[in-house]
Amino acid sequence: MREKIIIGLALFAGALLAWNMNTIFTALPDELNQGAIYRIIYFHVPANILGMLGFGAGMLLSVGYLTTKDLRYDALAASVTEVALVFASIGLATGSIWARIIWGVWWAWDVRLTSWLVCWLIFGGYLMLRRAVEEPNQRARFAAVVSVLGTVNAYISYKSIEWWNTQHPQPVLSLRNGGGMAPGMEAPIYWNLLALACFAAILVMVRVRQEAFAREIDTLRRMVHAQ
Amino acid sequence: MFLRQAWTIAAKDLHSELRTKEAWNASLAFSVVILLLFSFAFDPSSEQVREFSGGLLWMTYAFAGALVLNRSFAREVQNDCLDALIASPVPSAALFTGKALANFAMLFAVELVSLPVLVLFYNIPWSASMFGPMLLVMTLGTWALTVIGTLFSALTVNLRLRELMLPTLVYPMMIPALIAAMTLTTQLLAGDPIGTGLRFLTAFDIIFTLLAVVFVDTVLVG
Repeated sequence: MREKIIIGLALFAGALLAWNMNTIFTALPDELNQGAIYRIIYFHVPANILGMLGFGAGMLLSVGYLTTKDLRYDALAASVTEVALVFASIGLATGSIWARIIWGVWWAWDVRLTSWLVCWLIFGGYLMLRRAVEEPNQRARFAAVVSVLGTVNAYISYKSIEWWNTQHPQPVLSLRNGGGMAPGMEAPIYWNLLALACFAAILVMVRVRQEAFAREIDTLRRMVHAQ
Repeated sequence: MFLRQAWTIAAKDLHSELRTKEAWNASLAFSVVILLLFSFAFDPSSEQVREFSGGLLWMTYAFAGALVLNRSFAREVQNDCLDALIASPVPSAALFTGKALANFAMLFAVELVSLPVLVLFYNIPWSASMFGPMLLVMTLGTWALTVIGTLFSALTVNLRLRELMLPTLVYPMMIPALIAAMTLTTQLLAGDPIGTGLRFLTAFDIIFTLLAVVFVDTVLVG
């Protein structure tokens, strides 16, 4: 059943992505001030939204683990956070490429960029911490605490473009009262978000299964050692 | 009751520290070494130093702080003192608060000594009117470092890779507070008006103190 869902999702996401590519690269015109490079927004924004939502979801799942002590929540939290970190990396990389063309530098130390890099480091630390703790319950507890504290920083990063005058553009999506984008240009962002979200879901499903196997192997090893 | 328990823990830590002075000496020596090393990274006599003096100061505090914080729970590992503390009738939150207060006092003492060293070495103009605001910024900034550091000291104490994991986790977590403290200090030392950093730092302190007090039981007991 899981296989079928994964294949179905992959087919849907692949088709949607192909259709989005067609819209983004052939149907839409160049942006007036930025030229062709503005198209990177169709990956930059969805990837970062998924990164942020993933860190947030990881936090909720971590709280779920802490209240229920059910290791499946922990496995799901770890998987979601790991996938979110991948999307945050894509977001950072695409942003950096855009900055090179528009600002002339790969990186600027404004609040948005810095706080998002800090988040990336924190959740990188989260994954390293998971490898450093042997005992599953202890690992889940420690990871959950880091996830909750790290999400505070993710929220600071989310709000930073409203709280401070950043070099990073202010909100552009109409969802955040940004505005400034023509509806025809804004819509593909959401379609690409959907496509990438499907890919993220696939990755999480694969990763969760790995966690389940790892837990099973760990249990078997403990049984062997106990003999 | 809670405060008395926390105070007992803090007094215990400060007593043992006053007798051995191991964290204090190491941390102080280390902070002077860092301040010395910085002088090779740029021209220490230039006028520009004033513009990043806040950064120098807080980098020193953050590095020196790690030595104090690393010891905080690690010193309880010997003779299974940590298990005894956890088993004692003191709740985890009080244990944490006591440890944090002791760490705060130790780190603050180190800072009070290294601040004049920075002012002297880097020829930073100092006036008596700076003292009050500077103490406020140092209190808020140091509390942020202490709360996060103490929580992660508890978290990493039993890890195989303790010395590696503590800085990897603690420094990124501290960065927002460090940035605010650095900006405020630079503004103070340059005689500029203080920006919104103070509000941000206070909010950061409150949020992370609450989170740490809530989660310390999870970290220590489970």
